[in-house]
Amino acid sequence: MIPRHLLIGVAALLVLVVSMGIYARQMRRRAGEFQYAADSPVAPPPSGPTETVTLYVADDAAGMLRARPAQIPLPGGRQQRAEELLRALLRIYQQPGATHPLAPAADIRSIFLVDPGAAVIDLNAAFADQHRSGILSEQLTVNSLVETLAVNVPGIQRVNILIEGKTRETLAGHADLTETFDVTTVEQAGNQ
Amino acid sequence: MRWSNKLRLPVPSSQFPVPRFRLRTGNWELGAGALAILLAAITLLSASPAAEENHISVFSPVAIYTLPVMEHAGHEYVGLLELLEPLGRVSTQTDRRRWSLRYNTLDAEFVAGKTRAMIGGHNFDLAAPFLMENSRGLVPLSSLSGLLPRFLGMPVNFHESGRRLLIGEVGIQISFQLDASNPPRLALNFSAPVNPTISTEPGKLRLVFKRDPVVSPGSQSISFDSKVIIQASYSESNGDAEFDVAATQPVMASFTNNRKTIVVTIVPTATVAAGTSAAPNAAQTQPSTANVASRRILAMVDPAHGGDERGAALSDTLAEKDVTLGFARLLRHELEIRGFAVVLLRDADSSSTLDQRAAASNVAHAAIYISLHATSEGSGARVYTALLPVEGSSKGAFHAWNAAQAPVLPVSRMVSAAIVAELQKGQFPSRASSASLRPLNNVFMPAVAVELAPGADGIADLTNANYQQKAASAIADAVISIRDRLGVQP
Repeated sequence: MIPRHLLIGVAALLVLVVSMGIYARQMRRRAGEFQYAADSPVAPPPSGPTETVTLYVADDAAGMLRARPAQIPLPGGRQQRAEELLRALLRIYQQPGATHPLAPAADIRSIFLVDPGAAVIDLNAAFADQHRSGILSEQLTVNSLVETLAVNVPGIQRVNILIEGKTRETLAGHADLTETFDVTTVEQAGNQ
Repeated sequence: MRWSNKLRLPVPSSQFPVPRFRLRTGNWELGAGALAILLAAITLLSASPAAEENHISVFSPVAIYTLPVMEHAGHEYVGLLELLEPLGRVSTQTDRRRWSLRYNTLDAEFVAGKTRAMIGGHNFDLAAPFLMENSRGLVPLSSLSGLLPRFLGMPVNFHESGRRLLIGEVGIQISFQLDASNPPRLALNFSAPVNPTISTEPGKLRLVFKRDPVVSPGSQSISFDSKVIIQASYSESNGDAEFDVAATQPVMASFTNNRKTIVVTIVPTATVAAGTSAAPNAAQTQPSTANVASRRILAMVDPAHGGDERGAALSDTLAEKDVTLGFARLLRHELEIRGFAVVLLRDADSSSTLDQRAAASNVAHAAIYISLHATSEGSGARVYTALLPVEGSSKGAFHAWNAAQAPVLPVSRMVSAAIVAELQKGQFPSRASSASLRPLNNVFMPAVAVELAPGADGIADLTNANYQQKAASAIADAVISIRDRLGVQP
């Protein structure tokens, strides 16, 4: 005779399987509702007069950021300027032999400047999915983005980082992305 | 590269039209609630009383740890990788039914369902078929006495009935000395310091040794020529050793000789009277260690990651979660022998959320929280304190969850500096830094994270017991050097 608790366990599992099936179907339907066109026009490459900016470039071996002056063409708008700054930083990390390599597919989707003093950096999925996992490498990436932005775009005091428009718990298993980074605190940490 | 099996469901962000969605799904949520209640009821009905998990305790010169024991076809099994991991460099490879293991330089091969194994080029017959469970290799407990010396090259003493495995010459011997004068005193002398849990009940004083490799005094039971302290008996079960002292009057225990001697004496009459008047017929289970424990510092050691959340992939076969667990067990041992009470936030390949880890540490009112991580990049070790985010709203005495660490951050930085100094003393390259690493910012006691990086031998160092031991010892020395700042004296 099959023990009673086994029968109950099997019954519970069956109920669970059926309910999960219904739930999955519901979730798929909901996901379809939230699809939106991601075909925004591609921004033309920036042109015009170049400016000297300071990029904070991570060096894994030294475990720190190094200030590096760079001449890059910057558009006039504050938001476009912030995006070009971080893209210039990203290009350094994507070169062969970079001191802090990032995946070739890593990109900045957009940056939103929200007054007063807040910036939201939206990274693409490849940026996080292909990032090396480790406290140091992840923190250097975060610090590099925050400091470069704060130093070259006046008025930024707080920074949030999103992945594909959504909050993600960590960059690659360590650096917490759920909270708002305080620019002063990040700068002080960089000076340690 | 990162290993993670965590399923990420597409959660709609607040940027999307959530209110419309909520209105349309009201009935669905009601149904889901009813289903959850139904499931909970069924689970409660089918629940049976939870039995204590079987485990084996392993005592070796480099680590003391426990591992879960599984039962299959009447035999008890333990994971071989988990057993060897704290003791040396281990790697495994699975090829269908074949399971290969390399321990330091020794290769072994096992086949699922077969008893014949090949270890270092020689055949070895297990007492029961080798098992594979989710790529884990399981060997029968009854074969450990013969199996382990082939890997370790040193004798092992396995008490199978008590599930206590002693590797090398780690056993702590006991001798008795009864002073039959009035009042009588029984001195239990140990060959090394011990830290048992002590409790009393009418007619009995019980000492349970969970973390000390105490061995049987020869006879399981010794009778004394005394009318008060009449007998002492020794037993082993489920990884623990237990000493029971039978007495006709209430007795108590105290430590002397640097915890190498436990003296059992009669409880003074006044104390007994006070106790009995409060609870005349109670069983009076008195945690005699309470006074000792209250004076000891509680350290929470958190082996990061675990379960499906594997952390960084340190090599093709080595996950960060496995290195942190072995490292944590060594650190626990190092802290315990320095007089700390230590709680590991996980002592197996299990997972818990960052909030759960923080909550457990806060609820326990630990004096210090140490999170352990590992990386394949860089060298030596890095010690991190919290990089506090923009603080959430605080209400009076209640701090925002995301900045609970704020008031004690200066002490955390002192602990971090002390650890770096001790590591550097041991020629261990190290540096202090800040990181936005949860749950450092969620705990309200001094908190640091130590990320272990390879040494001169590269990735192999991360599983090298000597390398980990060196780091663990330096961390423990640093913590004890700064114990006055932690608020409690050990």
